[in-house]
Amino acid sequence: MSRPGEAREPPGALSVPGAGLPLEEEVDIRLRADASSRRPVLVCFTTALFWLLLGSIAGDVSSLKLHLPDLLVRQGWLTFGRQRTVHLNAMIYGWASLAMLGVSLWIVPRLVHNTLRWPRLATAGVVVWNVGVAIGIALILAGINDGIEWLEMHRYLADPLLVVGGGMVGVTLLVTLLSRKVDHLYVSVWYMFGAFVWFPVIYVIGNWPTFHGVESGAVNWFYAHNALGLWLTAVGLGAIYYFIPKVLGRPIYSYQLSLLGFWGLAFFYSLNGMHHLVGGPIPTWMITTSIVASVLMIIPVLAVAVNHHMTMIGRFSALRYSPTLRFVVLGAIAYTAVSLQGMFTALREVNRITHFTQWTIAHSHVGVYAFVTFVLFGSMYYIMPRMVRREWPSERLIRWHFWLVLSGIAIYVIALTVVGVWQGLALIDPQVPFQRTVEIQRPGLVARSVAGLLLTAGHVVFVWHYWRMVRGPAAARELPPFYGVRPIVYTEPGGKP
Amino acid sequence: MTRVGLLIFGVIATIGFAAIILVGLPRVALFSVTAPPELQPYDPVQQRGRHVYIANGCVYCHSQQIRNAAFTTDVLRGWGDRASVPADYVYDRPHLLGTMRTGPDLINVGVRLPNADWHLIHLYDPRSLVEWSIMPAFPYLFEEKDPEAVGPGDRVVPVRGPRAPAGKVVVATEDALALVEYLLSLRRVYPVPEVESAPGAEGVGPAAGAAGAAAARAPASGPGGRTMP
Repeated sequence: MSRPGEAREPPGALSVPGAGLPLEEEVDIRLRADASSRRPVLVCFTTALFWLLLGSIAGDVSSLKLHLPDLLVRQGWLTFGRQRTVHLNAMIYGWASLAMLGVSLWIVPRLVHNTLRWPRLATAGVVVWNVGVAIGIALILAGINDGIEWLEMHRYLADPLLVVGGGMVGVTLLVTLLSRKVDHLYVSVWYMFGAFVWFPVIYVIGNWPTFHGVESGAVNWFYAHNALGLWLTAVGLGAIYYFIPKVLGRPIYSYQLSLLGFWGLAFFYSLNGMHHLVGGPIPTWMITTSIVASVLMIIPVLAVAVNHHMTMIGRFSALRYSPTLRFVVLGAIAYTAVSLQGMFTALREVNRITHFTQWTIAHSHVGVYAFVTFVLFGSMYYIMPRMVRREWPSERLIRWHFWLVLSGIAIYVIALTVVGVWQGLALIDPQVPFQRTVEIQRPGLVARSVAGLLLTAGHVVFVWHYWRMVRGPAAARELPPFYGVRPIVYTEPGGKP
Repeated sequence: MTRVGLLIFGVIATIGFAAIILVGLPRVALFSVTAPPELQPYDPVQQRGRHVYIANGCVYCHSQQIRNAAFTTDVLRGWGDRASVPADYVYDRPHLLGTMRTGPDLINVGVRLPNADWHLIHLYDPRSLVEWSIMPAFPYLFEEKDPEAVGPGDRVVPVRGPRAPAGKVVVATEDALALVEYLLSLRRVYPVPEVESAPGAEGVGPAAGAAGAAAARAPASGPGGRTMP
């Protein structure tokens, strides 16, 4: 009986379509799928990591400036307002989106038992996307941006390239899907399919140039919240649904819950955006609609949480030998946490305090980092050995990466959440001078810089490891990292699963 | 699921529904909002200043909205004497409502701080005027010239203190002057008809009323100036 090390497919992975085929045939299908998506996936991952490093530096610079305000002030491109914007755009459209394109390009062909069709078009699409991000970020540094949060990249010079590039990748996935060799569509395919349809729709609406006044504010947050909910979250959940059953060799707990989670997300999440404007000068009914939809998110969130947890339950020891699972499961937990926190924050009575404070910044990092980025790291740990046909060279580097980013994000979120509440309570108390609300933040801002440096260090370790794996001397390692860790799940043939 | 058609239909229907509710309906509802007579469109200099504001990311720390006094304490803080309404923003393209108050709200900064020199000094070196400020300094919006090189059209900024450049004179660039013009134009103090029931003002209606009642109690029973651990 084979042991479920990272590089092996546990024979029990029956949760994905193709269950029942002879093992050799199943493996053969996977090998052909992997070979077909190899080039575009590697281009995605490599460029995504470039943006991850760039975004980390811009994030660190922005963070330091909030408590060292006279640092690097002589040049316009180094000012806080531009570095922060570069950080957000590099992380969302560079790192997360490109890594998500890579994960989707790898997972979809596997799940539909097909090879990736038109892989050259996919690679070209990824290149076009990258050019768009590069132009957008260069213009932001030069002080040319659209002025709308999450949509700063230039409306005509940068953004169309993302729609075209993403569209090219989407077409290859659609053609792959339509010529599929299996009847059933696995849940990950729903999410990824949805994401590739939703993203261009919301992105075009968000960038539409005719909105002005408060309407422009409403469209801003319609877009920005859906970029999280229907793009980042959709692909992130799709990846979680793939990797947990895959690594454990155990099917997803409930098909019905998967359906509820997916359609609930599609229906409720898309209406959430106005909770970013609670109290603002837009019609009350819009805000109320979004608050109601935010609270109703409890349905899909619990459905997904129960589904993931019940699949994991009894198997948590597998986290010891699978870095993929470690990152993906923590990401899944963060998804539940950030969603519940988001619902709570949308309530008017809570929002009175937390709105306009560092609480929001902490919240967004639970979502984009602890959930999405962790899932993407986990996915890359699984996918890369199958792309370059080598194992990850070092257990030690994996450990360093994991503990640096975990401690970094923990400090980050705790520090800013605490000072956010404190700042919020001070802001709504007219007896407290504004000066105090600034001073209150300081310990949190300093702690966040420390956290940011830990995260950056983790990213450098990961990129170094990635580079060694791809470019280093042919790996001496024949077994996957942590192969020696005694797997608890499959040691007893015939034992209880 | 086995049918791609069903998936396509559902995926498009859900986003279409949301777009109708949150983008389409507001388009209709806000169509009739017109600017109050006291609100002037931004002139070209103010518009340029607005671009400088956007280019340098002021919006990431400064909001431009006053929330209803029944809901929260923006008015008591002295940032405005009434809640902002959609009509206040008719000429804003794009909006700059903001989501953070790392710095104070600016929708009425032109009323609160009407002195252009104050703003120029503050932009050049915020901490020379506000010791505890964490706002970035923007020296790149200024030129440091030799005193004899100052031309007749130059706006000399009366910078003092330890960060003033030795032997040089600080002269504001066109961008700095435009930005200050824009900041001074931020005055939304004219009366709007029946603020309490102005169409589209958030914080109206029974739900907000209840929240407002709680808000009214909050300052008295709230944490006050107490320092939290």
